[in-house]
Amino acid sequence: MWEQIRSNRRRSIWLAMFMAALLVGLGYFLAEYFAPGYGIAGSVLACGIWMVMALTAYFGGNQMFLAMARAKRIEKQDLPRLYNIVEEMTIASGLSKMPAVYLIDDPAPNAFATGRNPENAAVAVTSGLVRMCNRDELQGVIAHEIGHIRNRDVLLMLFAGVMVGAIAILAEVGLRSHWFMGGRSRRSSGDGGGQAIIVLVAIALMILAPLIAQFIYFAISRKREYLADASAARYTRYPEGLASALEKIAAAPAKLASASKVTAPMYIINPLSRDGSRAANLSSTHPPITERIKILRAMGGASFAAYDEAFRRTQRKRAGVIPASALQDQEDIDLRTPTAAERLDRLVMPVGVTMAEMAGSADAQAAKRRAREVDDVLYRKDRYRALACPCGTSLKIPPGYLASQVTCPHCERRHEVTRFQTMDASDPAGPS
Amino acid sequence: MIPLLIVLGLLALVVMFLVGIYNSLVGLRNQVRDAWSQIDVQLKRRFDLIPNLLETVKGYMKHERETLESITQARAAAAGAQTIGERAEAESGLTAALGRLFAVAEAYPDLKANQNFLALQEELTSTENKISFARQFYNDSVLNYNNKTQMFPSNIIAGMFNFQAKEFFELKEPEQREAPKVDFS
Repeated sequence: MWEQIRSNRRRSIWLAMFMAALLVGLGYFLAEYFAPGYGIAGSVLACGIWMVMALTAYFGGNQMFLAMARAKRIEKQDLPRLYNIVEEMTIASGLSKMPAVYLIDDPAPNAFATGRNPENAAVAVTSGLVRMCNRDELQGVIAHEIGHIRNRDVLLMLFAGVMVGAIAILAEVGLRSHWFMGGRSRRSSGDGGGQAIIVLVAIALMILAPLIAQFIYFAISRKREYLADASAARYTRYPEGLASALEKIAAAPAKLASASKVTAPMYIINPLSRDGSRAANLSSTHPPITERIKILRAMGGASFAAYDEAFRRTQRKRAGVIPASALQDQEDIDLRTPTAAERLDRLVMPVGVTMAEMAGSADAQAAKRRAREVDDVLYRKDRYRALACPCGTSLKIPPGYLASQVTCPHCERRHEVTRFQTMDASDPAGPS
Repeated sequence: MIPLLIVLGLLALVVMFLVGIYNSLVGLRNQVRDAWSQIDVQLKRRFDLIPNLLETVKGYMKHERETLESITQARAAAAGAQTIGERAEAESGLTAALGRLFAVAEAYPDLKANQNFLALQEELTSTENKISFARQFYNDSVLNYNNKTQMFPSNIIAGMFNFQAKEFFELKEPEQREAPKVDFS
């Protein structure tokens, strides 16, 4: 059943093929417009541009993308909880190799997966997400990302995204040449009627092709999001985890600083806009969050069939969203209850408080603990040094700190920092 | 001549079809084996973590002799298990015993503040999760494989080359489904 999903993504592949036809057509008509008779060469050139871009993205895209997002690689000792969850979901999905784990220093909660194949895959999450989510929620998000890797969405989106880029470049070049040389082609007289049609088609394509390509790209993206949500429910057996994580992510006001229009479809929710509640239109990369949550909460089991059923029921649509082959799944897979760890998280017990207060304060405590944990990792990754003050405060000395003394903000003791030789004197970071 | 070619062509097609079935059976069987070895890895990991955990909590939990002993016993039972069924039963006993330990640990604030204990708790919690996810994947793989060995026409090939149905790994886990009971008195 797992392999079938991979081989059965015909709809997405048809859309991608249509996009390829658009690219070839654009190349052809542009060439015919500017240099009549060289249409085929134009098509070949367009494909060549796409291929060069695609190969670059295929072999270098992974690192490029992680660098663009300013993601830092972390290991197990840095954040055992996050690392363990990725390992758990690797096992649940049956991936042959665990993806590398990256952390992005950004308060906006978000996550993405990248990598051309499961062997080169990586999962990146923002520090905001780690701070905000409990274990079950984080598990849901990671399961969604592993779902993208498992379903080979990353590769599909990579090639499709590059195609959008190639079409945009060609159309841009074409339009600019058109304004500059304004109908150089009219010189070539002869069959005026045929040439007029070519001019019309070329101009129409220059304007429309980038838009159409983008809409197709977004349509594929939305489909893959639903499938990844369904995969997450199937791996974790607990759709509520992802649903509640999506709720928290949607409620957080911050936009992601390091995301751009190109990279937006890769994230678990659109990092650029917060219009989660509005209906999906042609130009959204993701289905509306409220709908995704509604579907997840309506699931009566953890199978793909249960997701499809919930989708049809909540969206009042006759056609489902999961590929038919994935539906030949076991019909009923039971959902599970929250993990014991999360229940225990809530069972810290001060005397004389009500259950509700206790649950609230325990949640707050757990959140505080998570925040401290992730902050420490970020400090370590940025090569800060910790200096313990006798009053219990841990002073974080940035790598570029040049003064010889530092004052504790709590007890105002002075500490010598000369023995903290700075590792990189050119670093302009000041004291925190 | 032509009829002979047609017959040969058909024969080649049939052979290719059978080879395809055989290969997919082998693939599924290997997946089942991989999935089982993953469960095994995680069970061993838990096995190795337990002495460490007991050593850490011993000093704090003087009054929980029974809980600690039940873990030691469950661990020994898991080590002595022979069949998959026995193993499953012993391991679910161990899961339950560990669950009880973490539940009573809540009553020991000093223990809850111990970094070593917290790290071990995270490790064991995650290992428990990994066991159950590995089991989930193993059972899915077994279901796939068993279906293939029993359904026509692949059952013919399975019978010829002795592909036998595999056993599921079911845990009896009533304790796991209930919230841990904590004494607030």
